[in-house]
Amino acid sequence: MTHVLDPSALTGAGSLTGPLPDPFADVTRSGDAFRAFLHGLPGVDQVGAENRVKVLGTRSIKTTAKAWAIDTAISMVDLTTLEGSDTPGKVRSLAAKARRPDPEDPDCPPVAAVCVYGDLAGVAKQALVGTDVKVAAVATAFPSGRASRAVKLADVQDAVANGADEIDMVIDRGAFLAGRYLDVFEEIVAVKEACGSAHLKVILETGELVTLDAVRRASWLAMLAGGDFIKTSTGKISPAATLPVCLVMLEAVRDFRAATGRQVGVKPAGGIRTTKDAVKHLVLVNETAGADWLSPDWFRFGASSLLNDLLLQRQKLRTGHYSGPDHVSVD
Amino acid sequence: MTQLFEYAPAPESRSIVDIRPSYGLFVDGEFTDGTGAPLKTVNPATEEVLSEVATGSDEDVDRAVRAARRAYARVWGPMRPADRGKYLFRIARLLQERAREFAVLETLDNGKPIRESRDVDVPLAAAHFFYHAGWADKLEHAGLGPAPRPLGVAGQVIPWNFPLLMLAWKVAPALAAGNTVVLKPAETTPLTALLFAEVCRQADLPPGVVNIVPGAGATGRAVISHPDVDKVAFTGSTEVGRSIARAVAGTSKRLTLELGGKAANIVFDDAPVDQAVEGIVRGIFFNQGHVCCAGSRLLVQESVHDDVVAALQRRIGTLRVGDPMDKNTDLGAINSAEQLSRIRELTAFGETEGATCWQPEGELPGRGWWFKPTVFTDVSPAHRIARDEVFGPVLSVMTFRTPDEAVAKANNTTYGLSAGIWSEKGSRILSVTSKLRAGVVWANTFNEFDPTSPFGGYKQSGYGREGGRQGLAAYLEASH
Repeated sequence: MTHVLDPSALTGAGSLTGPLPDPFADVTRSGDAFRAFLHGLPGVDQVGAENRVKVLGTRSIKTTAKAWAIDTAISMVDLTTLEGSDTPGKVRSLAAKARRPDPEDPDCPPVAAVCVYGDLAGVAKQALVGTDVKVAAVATAFPSGRASRAVKLADVQDAVANGADEIDMVIDRGAFLAGRYLDVFEEIVAVKEACGSAHLKVILETGELVTLDAVRRASWLAMLAGGDFIKTSTGKISPAATLPVCLVMLEAVRDFRAATGRQVGVKPAGGIRTTKDAVKHLVLVNETAGADWLSPDWFRFGASSLLNDLLLQRQKLRTGHYSGPDHVSVD
Repeated sequence: MTQLFEYAPAPESRSIVDIRPSYGLFVDGEFTDGTGAPLKTVNPATEEVLSEVATGSDEDVDRAVRAARRAYARVWGPMRPADRGKYLFRIARLLQERAREFAVLETLDNGKPIRESRDVDVPLAAAHFFYHAGWADKLEHAGLGPAPRPLGVAGQVIPWNFPLLMLAWKVAPALAAGNTVVLKPAETTPLTALLFAEVCRQADLPPGVVNIVPGAGATGRAVISHPDVDKVAFTGSTEVGRSIARAVAGTSKRLTLELGGKAANIVFDDAPVDQAVEGIVRGIFFNQGHVCCAGSRLLVQESVHDDVVAALQRRIGTLRVGDPMDKNTDLGAINSAEQLSRIRELTAFGETEGATCWQPEGELPGRGWWFKPTVFTDVSPAHRIARDEVFGPVLSVMTFRTPDEAVAKANNTTYGLSAGIWSEKGSRILSVTSKLRAGVVWANTFNEFDPTSPFGGYKQSGYGREGGRQGLAAYLEASH
């Protein structure tokens, strides 16, 4: 890692938060120190990263492996609706689908969570009583994140009060791109505190960060700030989740655990629509971060239409023929 | 609740290719019997005999050279260049149409993973024909004067590591320039060359333009020393290359040699580590390390040595070694028992000389010839594993402290075919690459090939270039 002279190191600016995991205990002692740390992370070669996912994309996942991958992918879906037109009725129907994605097959696993706006978290919670399906709520002025910190924290507290088990926050991309890393960090720390026992997913909105170097820095920033998951996108910006971005984030969680002992999950969201895409992601997880991440506790898909394609492929494997869109429920 | 994600077997079907129980020579547009002792070609992954192949005696080679001379004098030489180009385009398209057949056959005969023969060898072979087809009627722009002329009959001897691709590297430029060829494929991998002969017939290539004479060393000697051969092109070991240079010395034959290598892959402390690790893996484990330009010496800056080696070992642990026909296999079989024993012999030296040997966990298949991906650390530049070409999946790791030391160590080899450099600093890449004595230098990538890019070596890696505009010079008489 490169070491950049930290001009404020001698002024002794105090630590802003509680203890960070070793060996990174002092990297946030000042804005300059944090910047030096993040910019000292090894770079990412875009061409090389794209080549790697291209080769992994040729993995041929068939028969038993495919069946396992489809069921695993279903159990990792955060079934999502994030529209201005969302209503309690829409959320309840989504929750019903989440509990039992394939009404014709009781062996089909439930999804991991239902992901909604904070004001509808209570509706989702109620509709999912008695299941292990979690309620995830987006917060912090999702999707742009352009609001004062007080408003963002109130947004989080409201969602938690409504029963959200998981909070999907967005980072302040403006601050990140302006180089105010410590502001972004502080905000995540504050949100994490406001979450209480709810799990925190930190949305990097990689489509706005653009470079893979920035993705790696943002991943480390979010992990150091206490995020339980790092998530690619809001789904409102294109490109959303891409395989090279996911690769870099998986490398980050792998390296972070090796350095600190703490495991952080990864959630690609947006743009993953087909079983083939999902299987490619699982291969990427398997061969990058490793099998420890192949469970809904550590890997999720933020998606809406993906689930139906997974169900169709699952039916195909079971029955030997393709059915059609009328054999799975509309969301 | 974590379960392992076990990839179910995903074997490519071999039914697409029809391997005949025996093959003849391809001379003057016909498959004919050979008078040499037939050889058996074997699938290195299973030791199963695939086919019996006729070999060429001196008389057979003479017959092939005479056919090539006739075709050169009467048909191919006088032909309009644009028409020669049409034949090459046709061959290129047929290679693409029959790509799966070629890939399956290459993997069966050579032992390389189907993923590589399918995604690298065969597409690149077709690309070489497409590229050179375009040159056929533009040779006056090759920088060799207003009317460069073909040399005549080319005698070409190719190795077993990329049987079809090396054939394409040799045959495509020779034909584009207006020459005719007699080609000897390697004795352990003759099948795709013979399938290529079928493609020549399918393309209605005039008889005698391409002749293929399988055989071992004696057949190769007959090809290169035939008095009516005007040009000799060889890819293979430095030892054989030297004997060819001696045999050709004093004759009017033109010669290009593409021989061994011991390439340095230089990783600086500011390298993109994850991609550098991928590049190291690709550099040494691509094609089981049976690559003359393999990055077999890893030079890593001492300050990041431990991190890079740890990341490399973790990555090697994910390599899938086994059935080459499985679409998920990363590392296939060693091509022959002979090559396997050479790899074993050299790696044994590594341990006795004091280097530390590391191999991943896991079992190798019971039948066939296999060698685990291997990394030697604590290697000194004086060790044999740092100097001799292993031609197998064996990496020697050494360290350096400064850019000058990296350059000195990288150049401290009797070879000079290729090198790699990994750094995020553009100015460093430019400064270091300009000091490396190697024919090909890759920056932040490795083992990347393209027909437009000339390939060839310094020192004992041979002379002449293949590919690109420069490669045409090997098959043309300049007309300045």
